[in-house]
Amino acid sequence: MNYLVGLLSIVFLILAISVIAKSFKLNRKLGGSENEDSTVDSFNNANGIGMLIFWLLFVILGSWSFLHSRPDFLPVAASEHGARTDKMFWSSMAVVTFAFFISNTLLFYFAFKYRFNKNRKATFYPVNHKLELIWTVIPAIVMAILVFTGWRTWRDITSQAPSNSAVIELTGHQFGWYVRYAGVDDGQLGNVNYKLIDETNSLGIDFTDKSSFDDFTATELHLPKGQPVLLKIRAQDVLHSVYLPFHRVKMDAVPGMPTKFWFIPTISTDEMRAKLGKPDFNFKVNCTEVCGRGHFGMSITVFVDEPEDYKKWVAEQKPFLATNPGFLDKVPANLKAKASKYIPSEPIATDSTEAVSVN
Amino acid sequence: MSTAISTAEEVHTHDHDHDHEHEHHELGFIRKYIFSEDHKTIAKQYLISGILWAFIGGSLSIIFRLQLGFPGMSMEWLRPLLGGWIDESGKLDKEFYLAMVTMHGTIMVFFVLTAGLSGTFSNFLIPLQVGARDMASGFINMLSYWFFFLSSVIMFSSLFIETGPASGGWVIYPPLSALPQAMPGSGLGMTLWLTSMTFFIVSSLMGGINYICTIINLRTRGMTFTRMPLTIWSFFFTAVLGLLSFPVLLSAALLLIFDRSFGTSFYLSEIYIQGQALPNVGGSAILYQHLFWFLGHPEVYIVLLPALGMTSEIIATNSRKPIFGYRAMIGSMMGITALAFIVWAHHMFVTGMNPFLGSVFMFLTLIIAVPSAVKAFNYITTLWKGNLVFTPAMLFSIGLVSLFISGGVTGIILGNSALDINLHDTYFVVAHFHLVMGAASFFGLMAGVYHWFPKMFGRMMNKTLGYVHFWFTFVGVYMVFFPMHYIGIAGFPRRYYTFTALGNDSMAAFTNMNSFISIAAIITFSAQAIFAWNFFYSIFKGKIAPANPWKSNTLEWTTPINPGHGNWIGEIPAVYRWPYDYSKPGAPDDFIPQNVPHSATPESNLPEENAEIAREKDIEGLLGAQNESYTH
Repeated sequence: MNYLVGLLSIVFLILAISVIAKSFKLNRKLGGSENEDSTVDSFNNANGIGMLIFWLLFVILGSWSFLHSRPDFLPVAASEHGARTDKMFWSSMAVVTFAFFISNTLLFYFAFKYRFNKNRKATFYPVNHKLELIWTVIPAIVMAILVFTGWRTWRDITSQAPSNSAVIELTGHQFGWYVRYAGVDDGQLGNVNYKLIDETNSLGIDFTDKSSFDDFTATELHLPKGQPVLLKIRAQDVLHSVYLPFHRVKMDAVPGMPTKFWFIPTISTDEMRAKLGKPDFNFKVNCTEVCGRGHFGMSITVFVDEPEDYKKWVAEQKPFLATNPGFLDKVPANLKAKASKYIPSEPIATDSTEAVSVN
Repeated sequence: MSTAISTAEEVHTHDHDHDHEHEHHELGFIRKYIFSEDHKTIAKQYLISGILWAFIGGSLSIIFRLQLGFPGMSMEWLRPLLGGWIDESGKLDKEFYLAMVTMHGTIMVFFVLTAGLSGTFSNFLIPLQVGARDMASGFINMLSYWFFFLSSVIMFSSLFIETGPASGGWVIYPPLSALPQAMPGSGLGMTLWLTSMTFFIVSSLMGGINYICTIINLRTRGMTFTRMPLTIWSFFFTAVLGLLSFPVLLSAALLLIFDRSFGTSFYLSEIYIQGQALPNVGGSAILYQHLFWFLGHPEVYIVLLPALGMTSEIIATNSRKPIFGYRAMIGSMMGITALAFIVWAHHMFVTGMNPFLGSVFMFLTLIIAVPSAVKAFNYITTLWKGNLVFTPAMLFSIGLVSLFISGGVTGIILGNSALDINLHDTYFVVAHFHLVMGAASFFGLMAGVYHWFPKMFGRMMNKTLGYVHFWFTFVGVYMVFFPMHYIGIAGFPRRYYTFTALGNDSMAAFTNMNSFISIAAIITFSAQAIFAWNFFYSIFKGKIAPANPWKSNTLEWTTPINPGHGNWIGEIPAVYRWPYDYSKPGAPDDFIPQNVPHSATPESNLPEENAEIAREKDIEGLLGAQNESYTH
């Protein structure tokens, strides 16, 4: 690659230099004979031919570099909608590349073909309504088709998440992501309140909401393969944006305005490692909205597990309340009994019995 | 101020009193070159400021391209220039990287392509091409430049403060831009950014009002709207766009200033930062984005339309052919202008905005491709069967059309909300807008400078250097931005200091391509020195220009080679025809200027044009009224 890119740059440079050199030579040859007042000088032919040469080399090198980089272009789509948008991307790309190729070819070919010739007069051709109509209507139809397919895909992607989705909360902060799962018992995320944030409760989980008792946090993102996943996205300080490159997932995280994105991962981490032949490969969450000094490094690891592995992993996780029993104090009296179920038995047992007796 | 007004009146009286034009016109150095009310001087002030800004903005991009192309490189050699922004290990400071990206965007979009392009050529060409002695208000026009100058000074000074200039991206999204604790650039640097932009907006509004008034009110006799060159149409639409959208940016900036300095919560809600929960609730960070892009998207056309207008003029002149589809060109510019106001939220598909709104904006965005396509096809058809003279201006214009097409087509991909999910904020977007708006507008600027330099300075630029400059720039721009699409498709996000933590598994595959792009960028940037030398040298030492070096039809070439204040000695010429009578069958020359009446060209008149001969008297009859308008 290094070598080839170097080659590409050299070819372009040679092109530029040769055109210039040619121009100079022509100039010297024809120098004296030119009429001083004429707007046309001896470089005119060279510039016209240069247009065509430029375009030919552009097409050759463009196609070559495209084919060469093709394998590295879009990483394999690892989600259902990702496969769909990738297909649409390439079909739209084919349409626009066609338009790009035709119009640029005409542009440069005409520039070459109709370069100044003192024996010819330009054709006075100011208007043709039929032509204008044709090239208004054709792009309009093409656009209509693209809008329609795009709209259908967009509608499906942004539709309501299925009710059996695994609900996971991602919270962006300078500079990292907090992950919270809805827990195994109620499958619902408890409330958070930014005023409750402290050193331990970095999310500001509100323990007056009983849904939060079974919620657990994690430092990495585990996703079940083949099942819908609903990401609930928040930000604590400034804008961030959740980006999973392989899953074609991108959604901004906005302070004060929760956002969401749901998708179905289709390739597990193990499968992807085998596919890429890289045993230490991992999916990642990145940030794509500039958020400060550490923006580029704001990533956590994502594991896409087989459904049974995912279930097992979820079952192994301890609710936040279990690892931080001190927060039982924040639970209102009428919910203490429910909350204390999540507190591991021995050392704090007295607390929980008290709580019950008070109740 | 009162002296300024009285001088303005004096000048107008002189204008009417043509015969004495030159004797009474000696203004002091300051009034002639600094606080000048002459639109031509103001245009030159804008142009030279724009060129200086372009070199500053460009060098910033070279520094961050070094970081992106050669992440392992020691930047120790830049320490004399950047000082503390190079850290102990000899690397570029991460926050300063963001600051440079931000300032590059701000400088290029506003200071180079808005002020340097639209400011220069609207000022220079509107009075000359519509046949006016000067702008509607020379005084406001002067103020417009000096507000821009003040804004420039403030923005420039922010590069040198200890906490660095604004660093949150040129879009300065809050809360990042609103909270000084979020990054150092959001402190004093952001305050200066906002102050500077406020003056900038004031400046563009004063300019825009002037452009619109001049075009509507000060056209010479016979210059009907359908005889105006496309340059004037494009400046007119540009001014309308600016006049309606810049105030929205001003309000966005004001609310941000309130949030930053007066404790309001327009954009802030539920923020916990640096161990502290802020009291602000109820604001919306998305509100800012709506307000910003309500200017931000029209802004794209504010920089592009003047370039397209000038290109129309230059391509027609140098093809020796009428522009194809004159009315379709006006219609498509009108369409673009109207649509420009209702596509802004395509910048916001993945901000959490209601998906239904996303569908609406996708639809509106893709419609704008239609008038753009019409324009491109019209340019190509204008070349067809022409007799093309490749002046440097013509080369840059053809380059512009190519870049406009190449950058435009990818807009169709990005405007599709479903595809934008993956491409949003990647290098695909960077490549797209640099081609279609950055490079295309820059090519328009260059084309304009090469084409109208003889009128500005009375001298010619060196053509050979112009060709060399064009080929380096054209090849270079494509080498920089074409491969950048690949990097974008592979999922590389913009505004990343380095890609070490990126999860797209393609870092290794594109390391060399990033180096390649950086090298191409350095070559392209260096080639601009050829232009700078040619430009400044030719101002003083260029060959003296002939009266109409490109054999063009428009009115500016009927002025003296060095037009004085008031532009024409004697009467302003009347206009009898459209500006595109090139290579008209039957005519002895291949061009017929706008001020030649049809009665003088019976051999080339089209059948319907013979009817125009009868109306020539009416046009002449307007002379009294026109002169009258300059005495008040």
